[in-house]
Amino acid sequence: MTRLGRLALIGCLSLLWVCLMCQPLLAETASSAQQASADFPWWMWPLLLLVVTFVMGVAAVLGGVGGGVLFVPIISGFFPFHLDFVRGAGLLVALAGALAAGPGLLKMNLASLRLAIPVALIASSFSIVGAMIGLALPTKIVQIALGGTILGICILMLIAKKSELPDVPQADALSQALRIHGVYQEATTGQVIDWKIHRTWQGLVLFIAIGVMAGMFGLGAGWANVPVLNLLMGAPLKISVATSKFLLSITDTSAAWIYLNNGCVIPLIVIPSLVGIMLGSFVGVRLLRVARPTVVRWIVIGMLGFAGLKALHKGLFG
Amino acid sequence: MNHDSEKSLQARPEQLIYASILEKGMLLGLLLVLVTYAIYVLGLIKPYVPTDEITKCWEMNVHDYLDHCHIHAGWAWVSLLGYGDFLNFAGIVLLAGVTLICFISIVPVLWRQNDKLYAVLALGEVIILGVAASGILGAGGH
Repeated sequence: MTRLGRLALIGCLSLLWVCLMCQPLLAETASSAQQASADFPWWMWPLLLLVVTFVMGVAAVLGGVGGGVLFVPIISGFFPFHLDFVRGAGLLVALAGALAAGPGLLKMNLASLRLAIPVALIASSFSIVGAMIGLALPTKIVQIALGGTILGICILMLIAKKSELPDVPQADALSQALRIHGVYQEATTGQVIDWKIHRTWQGLVLFIAIGVMAGMFGLGAGWANVPVLNLLMGAPLKISVATSKFLLSITDTSAAWIYLNNGCVIPLIVIPSLVGIMLGSFVGVRLLRVARPTVVRWIVIGMLGFAGLKALHKGLFG
Repeated sequence: MNHDSEKSLQARPEQLIYASILEKGMLLGLLLVLVTYAIYVLGLIKPYVPTDEITKCWEMNVHDYLDHCHIHAGWAWVSLLGYGDFLNFAGIVLLAGVTLICFISIVPVLWRQNDKLYAVLALGEVIILGVAASGILGAGGH
């Protein structure tokens, strides 16, 4: 067995061990959520969702992640709602955030429509495929896959680097044919930056997987969009972050329609979550000046890790 | 900064049109979502699924939920817009539909600019979003 194989095996066994050790704690939260669903009056749930998603909105901004990626694992893990409705709500939460940010980013020319359109064409097509797969598969399988994906995102957050201005010596043929390039002014230095991209087809291929995952799990896919646009395709970090946020408004729209048309939208869950995340994001942006992002980032990774284990546990042990 | 880079710092016309429609649609959608939700939770209009009942339904998978509450999937919610809970779908659908309107609006702009490749790509996106919204793509269910 190779070193990588041994590491993967050790990782899987450690994960299983953590799941088994945490089983009483995780099972207790699941059963208490279901018990509470029967005991609480109906109006407690939207109120509780509003508070929890508000905190999530603050944490998402400070931790540098999208609200959708926190919403699905945490709400499906600790609230009594079925995963079908949580994924439907998760997509709409991520969509609302992207719609709110989109116009400003486009007007400032930080989000590039020219870069987004070809990518969106692929990601939105495959998010439909992902949504259909996610709704057709047994819930347990989706829970296990969701848990694995969330833990993968934690690892990605721990190891992924960012590059403010990646070095792109030569734009590739495809990006030249599509005329994907642009200019933006760095507000902090006043420097005018000409940008272009490379490895376009490799990036487009990766957006197939990103689209499928976004649709299947109801996650906003900013956690995957940014590394692909920035590190692989070579778009500057600011252009990557802004285009990724705008891209979510397209990718999540197509998947959201599939969930909507399949009955996975319950307004009592969706709307307080949407409002809570948005209010939390506004507060988070203001707190960004005084908070210590590194500490918050570790808290977010911890929250995601626990929620990922919870999803894995729910899928494995029911 | 030379004139060329100053000019290209500005967003392209189709991008500004897209942004403008997106902004209006998003604000209207959010407003509609908040107003219809207030109507729903204040009980001003009777819901189709009673609020006490919905807390039992959301533990079921979507197939059982639709079956239990006698709700049809797809665009059947349009016929239920007179109920407090389904009234919320008006705002939600606007939020989910604004991107489609944006893409429809930029196709002729791109075509007029002789940017035919992007006009076709934008039209492709219109078709994809249209197919998703149409409800013709069913899911297998659980």
